[in-house]
Amino acid sequence: MRIKEIVDIINGKVVCGKEWVDTEVQKGFASDLMSDVLTLDTDNILLITGLANLQAIRTAEMSDIKCIIFARNKKVSREMIELAAENQMVLIECACSVFKTAGELYKAGIKPVF
Amino acid sequence: MVMHFEYDIEGGDFSKAGNVSSLLKKTLKQLVGNHKIVKRIVVSMYEAEVNVVAHAYSGKVIIDIDTDKISIQVKDKGPGIEDIEQAMQDGYSTASEKVREMGFGAGMGLSNIKNNSDEFELTSKLGEGTELKIVAYLKNL
Ligand SMILES: Nc1ncnc2c1ncn2[C@@H]1O[C@H](COP(=O)(O)OP(=O)(O)OP(=O)(O)O)[C@@H](O)[C@H]1O
Ligand SMILES: [Mg+2]
Repeated sequence: MRIKEIVDIINGKVVCGKEWVDTEVQKGFASDLMSDVLTLDTDNILLITGLANLQAIRTAEMSDIKCIIFARNKKVSREMIELAAENQMVLIECACSVFKTAGELYKAGIKPVF
Repeated sequence: MVMHFEYDIEGGDFSKAGNVSSLLKKTLKQLVGNHKIVKRIVVSMYEAEVNVVAHAYSGKVIIDIDTDKISIQVKDKGPGIEDIEQAMQDGYSTASEKVREMGFGAGMGLSNIKNNSDEFELTSKLGEGTELKIVAYLKNL
């Protein structure tokens, strides 16, 4: 599924990486624990998190994650956007809970990592 | 191809946590491209870097990139680890509230580093510091 379709489904707002929204993502993972994310060896996944800080972006950088959805109405900072842009990431803000965001995307066909 | 890098890490400073890993990732991508081994090495480096920031006072990273392997040493000044076997267990963590707010403290880091490296050695002196040595082989590229 293309990132821009994902944005429509969750009624999200792209705050970084608008030029990459045609990228395809097949699988998703949801966590607020960055060490959890760092154990995954699946490529090209989407991360749903309620953790809006620089370490979320760093973790995505190390894990080759190109798209992060910040659920629970968490706001992305300027510093986060700068680091994400350097790494060609798409950052999406979303007002829904992590559960609802994950549920809607699962229903629409995004596969779980496990 | 032999390259040697040394970096300092400041304990407690989460705004810089990941800087060393980020530089290493850029270097490795140029040297070996988009191979899976790059992710394994930088994930280990990042977990080790965050451990110094989260649990120690200051640290030094020494990276040696060779034709057949990459060796990383992370030495820190800090409280040390009393029981290494316990620290290696998934879920064991003494992380502070501040560290948990940063998204760490699941107690998964050390075993993840071990799983991602071909050689793993962790030693520590209580009250002095901790030393981690990891090696990843490049021969299977
Ligand atoms: N450099 C270090 N100095 C002192 N103690 C350490 C160091 N690294 C790890 N530890 C101890 O070992 C424990 C387990 O480390 P590990 O990296 O596995 O988990 P964590 O850092 O607590 O959480 P996570 O890595 O999942 O975010 C830590 O909570 C801490 O008590
Ligand atoms: Mg850790």
